[in-house]
This record gives sequence, structure tokens and C-alpha cells, in this order.
Amino acid sequence: MEVTLKVNGTSHSLDVPDNALLVEVLRERLGLTGTHVGCDTSQCGACVVHMDGHAVKSCTVLAGQANGADVTTIEGIGTADALHPMQEAFRDCHALQCGFCTPGMIMAAIDLVQTSEDLDEQAVRDGLEGNLCRCTGYHNIVRAVLAARDNM
Amino acid sequence: MAETGTGIGAAVKRKEDARFITGAGRYTDDIDQSGQAYAVFLRSPHARATIGGIDTSAALQVPGVVAVYTGADLAADGIGDLPCGWLVKSKDGSDMIQPPHPPLAVERVNYVGEPYGIVIADSLQAARDGAEAVAADFDALPAVVDVATADQGDQLYETVPNNQCYDWELGDKAATDAAFANADHVASLDIVNNRLIPNAMEPRAAVGDYDAASGVYTLYTTSQNPHLERLVLAAFVQVAPESRLRVVSPDVGGGFGSKIFVYAEETAVIWAAGKLRRPVKWRADRSESFLADVHGRDHVTKAELALAGDGTFLGLRVKTIANMGAYLSTFASSVPTYLYGTLMAGQYKTPAIYVEVRAMFTNTAPVDAYRGAGRPEATYVVERLVETAARELSMDPAEIRRRNFIQPEDFPYATPVALTYDTGDYEASLDKALQHIDYQGFAARRAASEANGNRRGIGFSSYIEACGLAPSQVALSLGAGVGLFESAEVRVNVTGSVTVITGSHSHGQGHETTFAQVVSDRLGIPLDDVEVVHGDTARSDYGLGTYGSRSIAVGGSALIRATDKIIAKGKKIVAHNFETTEDSIDFTDGIFAERESNRSMAFAEVAFAAYVPANFPLDELEPGLSEKAFYDPGNFTYPAGTHICEVEIDGETGVSTIVAFVAVDDFGNVINPMIVEGQVHGGLCQGIGQALLEHGVYDDAGQLVTGSYMDYCMPRADDVPSFTVDTTVTPCTHNPLGVKGCGEAGAIGATAAVMNAVTDALGVKSLPMPATPETVWKALGSAA
Repeated sequence: MEVTLKVNGTSHSLDVPDNALLVEVLRERLGLTGTHVGCDTSQCGACVVHMDGHAVKSCTVLAGQANGADVTTIEGIGTADALHPMQEAFRDCHALQCGFCTPGMIMAAIDLVQTSEDLDEQAVRDGLEGNLCRCTGYHNIVRAVLAARDNM
Repeated sequence: MAETGTGIGAAVKRKEDARFITGAGRYTDDIDQSGQAYAVFLRSPHARATIGGIDTSAALQVPGVVAVYTGADLAADGIGDLPCGWLVKSKDGSDMIQPPHPPLAVERVNYVGEPYGIVIADSLQAARDGAEAVAADFDALPAVVDVATADQGDQLYETVPNNQCYDWELGDKAATDAAFANADHVASLDIVNNRLIPNAMEPRAAVGDYDAASGVYTLYTTSQNPHLERLVLAAFVQVAPESRLRVVSPDVGGGFGSKIFVYAEETAVIWAAGKLRRPVKWRADRSESFLADVHGRDHVTKAELALAGDGTFLGLRVKTIANMGAYLSTFASSVPTYLYGTLMAGQYKTPAIYVEVRAMFTNTAPVDAYRGAGRPEATYVVERLVETAARELSMDPAEIRRRNFIQPEDFPYATPVALTYDTGDYEASLDKALQHIDYQGFAARRAASEANGNRRGIGFSSYIEACGLAPSQVALSLGAGVGLFESAEVRVNVTGSVTVITGSHSHGQGHETTFAQVVSDRLGIPLDDVEVVHGDTARSDYGLGTYGSRSIAVGGSALIRATDKIIAKGKKIVAHNFETTEDSIDFTDGIFAERESNRSMAFAEVAFAAYVPANFPLDELEPGLSEKAFYDPGNFTYPAGTHICEVEIDGETGVSTIVAFVAVDDFGNVINPMIVEGQVHGGLCQGIGQALLEHGVYDDAGQLVTGSYMDYCMPRADDVPSFTVDTTVTPCTHNPLGVKGCGEAGAIGATAAVMNAVTDALGVKSLPMPATPETVWKALGSAA
């Protein structure tokens, strides 16, 4: 099937199998390997991207469902020279170790901050329940999200 | 020691983060080779079965399928078994028994998920369709699942009577028995250390490539130690000679032990790439990770502590049955022996200790090192027993520990179980932890919880670990099959920047930053002038990788040796330049200066001079400024500390909430406190996960019940608290940085602290792990 979508500001028209997942299109067709695949049951959150401004698990979205959508991946939120406040907070708070969950965690956290009022520690912990990290024990991720909250 | 700046001791932001936070990390699954094919593994649906036949004809007709190989194909090509690298001997002096472990099963399958074939196709989808079309004929056999009764089940291997790998002992049995005969009190516990599934967030993956022109194989894979991977694949499995096999571990998304080992999948992938003259790529689905990653822990133990009436420890007796799973993984045999029995003294002057360990085979996934590897199991035995003894003698749990601690003046201290601790101050960590948790205020907090219908408990864990694995001479004398040193190369470039090449591997630990800090500090050059290279056998001489909290203690020490050689060579160059002798040259803060004059050369000037040797006396002074070192320490390092957990249990639901967790650790000198704290946080979360959430469960037929994130309970952000982390410092006495290593401490100490707190809250002697709300709720009922 033919799918047209905008990714990080660039429009793409792609012929994809009907069962193609958004994450497969991003990684394999567009070379955007910052979005990761960590499980096969929509549990880990390593594949979170923004679709029309909101966090989705791109392993659970068919490419066809993204037809016409505006998708933003980790590659699209900032650059090494001009980091997004959430990227900056993750670095400053040592909120990443191996880096594998990080793109999904950052994308989920941005959505959490943008859609929450009165975000406190418990709300961050509850809000990131859909993203697994095995390295950090979440301690510094929570600190980073609270720090970014104040800079976004 | 620099508290600010970028030197040793500074909380420098990580260099590697720039790529990870922008999505520019390069993990194995991000690597594609031109013309690559995709692999899917055929995996046993049975825990134990005879393979009747494998019909691949229909699979080969599936469009896009290139090849289907089975264990017979690998065997016919001379591909050898996956070996275990540590020979453990039984009590009677006999060698452990190692059953054959072909990369792909040939006649029998012995656990659910064991690979018996590989389907390779032009696309991943075609490979999956091909795998569906393979018709394999299995004759299912009764499975041996329960480790405690494994010796009574069917014999799994002709060569392994009673399914026993070894029956090992350590310590003085007679002295220990005598201690128990003279004891005023004996505390005893039956302990199950629950099976864990490591779950690094990046699933294992491999990309194999064969270059027909040069005959060189290149394997990109998710390994914690690429050199060991190459050694095993070359020397034992015999895929290709070491000189024509390159193993690259690019960015690796966590390991926690599970990526130390040489697995069937990368073996089959690199072999198939050569066979097909075409790159082959494989990435595990998470379901495969659950089934076929090596698991951790899984012990059944009876433990007893003999005490005098005043709480003095007299003797410790431990009898453990350890599950090896279906095959011996790469270092499986060493985990419940030399990384477990040797730690039973803990932080205490227990004079007599006797440990027996029987290692058994079962029809489950192989079990090997998982974060802490043996030391969490040992800590759990010792610290649960100590807490139990305190309760039975109505002693304060802090005081019973204090009474038995090895004291600072006792070091070096030889334990009854083969180790000699070099240094420590255990009361210092305990005291600091007591302050942080506000131990004085606990009684009031408990009363407040109880007034609300809840329970509150506090639990201690004063752990010790032997880290910095190394030392080769000790390890080799105890059965290790490889040396355990580390290598480093410091290559000063012409313009004065430095490339550091280490045999360690970073998969989250931040070596690109900490190793650069060490070198920049020693050479007095900016941090940004130091680049750290790791994870490529073509770039580093040799190395043993990263596990056992060894990287800074062993790899960092090798770095110091190499930088010392650079400084010595630099002095020679400067002495030549100034027409003086090298012993008149000092090196401080990046400047080589003549002591008796005002003449000096900056580091970059010396580097340039080294590569522009205008008038070097070439028979005395070689051009160039690049040095290598191999470092092999004389002893392990012994990080230790006290963790205290305070838990509140909901009286209605049995939900345990960790209201406070304090970890005070002595890692010796610290290179980067920010990174060290992060390592502790992550370890604590895994230790808490074992205590409250995680459990790898097989049913009676050997089917893995917990095979997904919907069944295996990983700690999530809302399951754990923010931690209070602090340190005390007694520098390691035998390495140049005075460092001990910090990677595993959290996972080693936390589990016992949590379970001591939960059992304290409930007023029960023991509770099986994980202490889920259901388990706790039932205990609430029985304790009421």
C-alpha cells in the first residue's frame, strides 16, 4: 500500500506491505535507527515516537495508520548543538547509561511534560510506567524529567 | 583529587551521551550490510525431546528462503561445541562433567527455546515464513525441571549420572561441625534464590560477514567481551582462525552478565555467512530473549549460623543446590563456587565456614552470571541468616553486625574461605547508613504505620563482594580457562591528542568518560583531547571485556601503567632535547620541566618531537609515542557497604512500598561520582526487582511461564523509590588508582535488605521471593 507521512518535517511517500509497522518504516526504510525495538508485546517503550504531537509506541502502529500523520522521532527534536531541553536534562542528570531505552524514554517524557499539570515525582513515575529501563533504576530519569519540566 | 574540573574525582558529564540522546547510537541491529540475508532460528517447543527428523523441503520452497541449516550441517562442517571456560572439581577430586553442547541441537533438545536450526532468507518476513514451514518431528520425553529433585529425575545425558555436574566443597568441615557442637544458639534458614531473567533492554543480535577476497570473517555482535568471543569461536568452535576473525561489539544496550557468553546464535550466524558468502543478520525478539538468554541465580539452600549467647558468630554451614540449566554456559560452573562459597565470610570474623554446592542439570535455559553472579546469592544467605539470628537472640540487627565485623586493624584479613581482604572499614559504612535512614526515628514511624492499619519494617544488608576479576594466577589455579588481566594502549597522536584503546567494553558504564578522565588527569591534557576506543578486536591487542566490576580496577590500572610508560618516554625525549638526563626532568600537569632550570616542554610539544625526530640517537631513542600495558593484579578488590531498606506494607492489600532505601558503599577511590551513583541506582533496582517482582518460572513440563513482559514483572518507574546513596572510602591497597569497582554492589546488597525489611514488617522468619502482594497478603493473614 501507498503511505504518505511527514517525518521530522520531511514528507515521504512509500510503498509498504499492508502489515508493515511504523517502527519498521522508520528504521528500515528511512534509516532512522534512533527509534529502538526492545520487545514484541508493546511493553518496553523503546520505540516511542510522536505522531501528531503525541507519544505512540511505533511497534504498535501500522504504517497505514500513520498515513497523513506528522511523525517526530528522537532525531527530530534537537541536534547536538541545539538540544531539546529534555535531551539536555537527560545528559545533565545522568539519566542514561546504555542508551537503548533513552530515545523512547525522552519522547515519552516530552509528551508527559506537555500534557501534565502539576507534575511531581510520583506523577513522573506513574507517567513513565510504559517505558522500561534496566540500567538507571529510574532515579536519574525522574530527576531529569522534573528538571526539564522547568525548562520546557 | 579534583572535585571540580574534569580530572579523577570529578562528576564529568558523559562524552558518549551526545550520540545516545540524539538517536545516533550505533547498536548491532542498526548495522546493515549490503546484500545481507536475515536469519530466524528454529527453537524447540519441548523441554526435552528426541529429534526424529527435520523436513526442510517445504521451507526451501518458500519464496525468498536461501537456506535452512540444522545441527547436522554444522557438525558436518566441523563446527565444535560451545565450551565452558571454568573447570570445577568435585569433593572427590574428579572433574565436573560437561555434557556436549552443540550450537544447534543434533539428536536431542533439552530446553524450550533451544535452537535446532537456522532459516536464512532475503527478508526477515521470508525467513519467518520459512521457519513456519519447517516440519520437525519430536518425541517428547519427561522433563527434569525442579532443581531440588533433579537427581531423582530421568538422566538427561549418558555421561552425567544423577544429572549432577559437580559436588563441590570449600572450608573446614570438622572445624565447622565443632563450632556448631559448642554453639549456644543456631539460626537456620531454608532459602530459595529465585531464577531471574536478565533482560538487558537491547535484545541480543549478530551480523556476520565474510569477505571472500581476504578470507576474513567479521562478526558484529552484542558482546560484553569481543576478544573472548573471538577466542572461543576460533579455538573451540573453529569457525575461523583468530587472525581471520574480527569481532566488533559496537554500542551495546546493557548486558548485566547476559552478554558475556558465547551463544549458539552468533556462532551459527557467522558460520552461515561464510557458507553462503553473504552477510547474515539476526536480532532476537524479546520472546527469544526470555527463552534463550542465559538466566541467573536459581539456588536452593539450607544455611545455618552457630552463635555464642552474646551474638558472636562461631560457624557457618551452607548446603546449596545450584541450577545449571540444560548446558554449561561459558562461565556457569564458577558462579555458585568461586564467586559464591568464597564470599560466605561476608564482613564478619566467622572463624569456621563450610560450604557444599551441588550443581545440577535440568531441562531449563542455561544459568550463568547475572549482575553480581554468586555474590548476591552469598550475601542473601549471610545477611538473611544474620538478621534471623539477631531476631532470635533479641539483639539489634546493627549491633549483632557491629559485634562481628572484621575491624580496620585486622587487615589484611584471611577468611576461612580462601580470600584475603586487603582493606575496609565496615562500621564506617554502617554508621553512615544508620544516620541517613534515621534509625532512631524508626520506632515512631512504625507506630504511625500501625496506627493506620499498615505494617512497617526495616532491613539491613552489610554485603561484601570480590571484584576486579583477575587475578590470573588465582583464577587459573582454581580452574579458569583464560587469564584475567586487562590490556591498554595509550597512543599519543602527532598533534598531542590521545587515543586510548582498552580491552574493557562499555555497555552503559561510561568508560569513554571515566577512562578519558584518568588519562587526561595523568597526562595533564584536556578531557576532549582523549578518545577512548573499545569493542573491536581489530583495534585492541587483546582484552577480557567487562563483567565482575573489573573495568576500572583492572582495565584502569592497565591504563595507568601505559600512561606511566608514556611519561617515561616523554622524559627521555625531553632530556635528549635539553641535552640532559631523564632523571632531571619532572612531569607535572602536562609540562615536562628540567628541575634545575626554567626550561620546559608542554605535552603536545613532546608529542610532536616524538614524531619529528630530527636528531634522535636512534640506537637509544625510538621515534613515536605510543605505549601498551597488560595489568594483572595480585588480588581481588573488595567493595563493601551497608544497605538499609525501610518498607511499609498495606494491611489490606499486601502491597509493599519501599519508603526509604539507603546505600552506603566503599568503592575505594572514585573516578566519577555521578557515574558511580548511577551504577548503584541501577543495581539497587535490580536487587529490589528480585526481592519484590521478578521470577523466572517454568511449569512442571518445562514450559517457560514467564516468557514476556506481561508475565515477567520488570521493575518500572513506579515500583521503586528515589534512593539515598553515599560512600565511604578505604582505597584499595594493591592497584595504582586505589579503586575497587562499583558495577554490581547495588544488586548484591539490595535483595537481602528488602527481604529483611519485609519479614521484619510481617513478623515472619522467612518469605519466598519475590514477595508479591499475594505472597505478602497471605503472610499477613497467617501472621495476624
